[in-house]
Amino acid sequence: MFIEINDVNKQYNDKENRPVDVLKDINLSVEKGQFVSILGPSGCGKSTLLSIVAGLTKTTSGEIQIDGKTITKPGKDRGMVFQQAALFPWLTVMENVTFPLKKEMKKKDAEETALKYLQMVQLGKYISHYPHELSGGMQQRVAIARALAMNPETLLMDEPFGALDEQTRTRLHGQLENIWTETKKTILFVTHSISESIKLSDRIIVMGTKPGIILQDITVDIPRPREEHKKEMLEIEDHIMKYLKKEIDKVVSEELQYANSH
Amino acid sequence: MQTAIKRIIFFAAIIAFWEIGSRLELWHPLIFPSLSSVFSALVEGFQDKTLIYDLIASFKRLAVGLTISLIIGTLIGILLGKSKTADETLGAVILALQSVPSIVWLPIAIMWFGLNEKAVIFVTILGGTFVMALNMRTGIKNVSPLYIKAAQTMGATGVDLFTRVIFPASIPYVVTGSRLAWAFAWRALMAGELLSTGPGLGYTLRYASDFGRMDIVIGVMIIIGAIGMIVDQFIFQRIEKSVIKKWGLES
Ligand SMILES: Nc1ncnc2c1ncn2[C@@H]1O[C@H](COP(=O)(O)OP(=O)(O)O)[C@@H](O)[C@H]1O
Ligand SMILES: [Mg+2]
Repeated sequence: MFIEINDVNKQYNDKENRPVDVLKDINLSVEKGQFVSILGPSGCGKSTLLSIVAGLTKTTSGEIQIDGKTITKPGKDRGMVFQQAALFPWLTVMENVTFPLKKEMKKKDAEETALKYLQMVQLGKYISHYPHELSGGMQQRVAIARALAMNPETLLMDEPFGALDEQTRTRLHGQLENIWTETKKTILFVTHSISESIKLSDRIIVMGTKPGIILQDITVDIPRPREEHKKEMLEIEDHIMKYLKKEIDKVVSEELQYANSH
Repeated sequence: MQTAIKRIIFFAAIIAFWEIGSRLELWHPLIFPSLSSVFSALVEGFQDKTLIYDLIASFKRLAVGLTISLIIGTLIGILLGKSKTADETLGAVILALQSVPSIVWLPIAIMWFGLNEKAVIFVTILGGTFVMALNMRTGIKNVSPLYIKAAQTMGATGVDLFTRVIFPASIPYVVTGSRLAWAFAWRALMAGELLSTGPGLGYTLRYASDFGRMDIVIGVMIIIGAIGMIVDQFIFQRIEKSVIKKWGLES
């Protein structure tokens, strides 16, 4: 297997300094080139899991291997896209996308590479703009181009379209599918939207909360483009809803308890 | 536009009151000279080049003092922003020193360097350094963790991470720090010059006062105020505005 997540546990300390299980016994194998969604209610540890794969966060126990190598720190073999575009405002679009290439490439090559990926996200005309001159959706596309420019084997995406409006999101879903078909990256895609995960991925990992565990591993083998298979998509949605309902109820009742006790 | 009109009317009223009051001799010219005599004193000063020499001398000291204070301030700020131990020890001292008016350092400066150019520049440096250091420190502490995480996933670490991400991300604070350092250094320089030897705007101010030339005193004060305002409004505030916009810090 390409990505191997083995018995990963993560604890954080709460306000009273007591350890809290955020991730518990996470085991997951992902094949090369697979598009895997990680789906779960907010607070279940999706971002924490992705951040561990990125090498930005350490596990409490357990380890992750990619292509047989244990992850200890961030690396250019894993590109990351966050919910906020996280572009550097002092750099132009072109300079942002060449940021990861500065050390290993000549300027001209870096710019050629950057342009290729900017064209892939249809922003070839915006290379000399600054991030503040772009809409949220465009910024997110630049962030995707920036992650792709390093030519990583794995693309980690943490609710990348979560802050965008419905129309923009739908358009970017289409673009991401095309990019994935074209580049054959392995994608770990975090989302809390059931329909988004069904629309995009080969496989959905459903997570439960407190502690964060894997509830279900669902294979989605609906042919693409999936818009033409509404019925099958709804069936899977119903199936996932059943599992998640319990989890969402758990979150809601906890929040109510919290609200009542304060 | 509205504001501009209000301002013009306001200043016109002050100028009219000033000139008419002087002509009607509502106050003695030795207490407060007329606008026209201040104006002619300034014209005379520029014609015989004394004010020009003063301006050049003051700006030379300011350029040296401010440059050094920006460099030292930036370095101290980086140290405080990056090292917790330095922040907890040196940081507390800098914070305390910042509340000491810089002219208070002049007696020490005179004992170290004598009553000369060096002493005045020393006071100017101290005027700008601490405020620059504190702003630089805040800038570094306030860099969005998201920028750092994003940069790390793109392979940036150590010095590379600092020069390519952390420092540029804190530029808005560098600009604010520089603006305040300029304002503080300018005040410190004028105070220092008042007490030292010429040429210089501050020195001429005291010299004119000693000889009872109120027209020159008021004229030089107007120059000092105008320079302070022009540099602040037309240079620093403009840079600050465009940086805030570009860095996406507008609320
Ligand atoms: N640095 C941290 N320190 C303490 N608790 C944290 C930290 N990061 C995340 N958590 C907690 O871990 C849980 C999971 O967070 P996260 O991974 O962001 O969830 P998700 O992305 O699924 O919404 C949350 O309860 C959150 O409060
Ligand atoms: Mg999250």
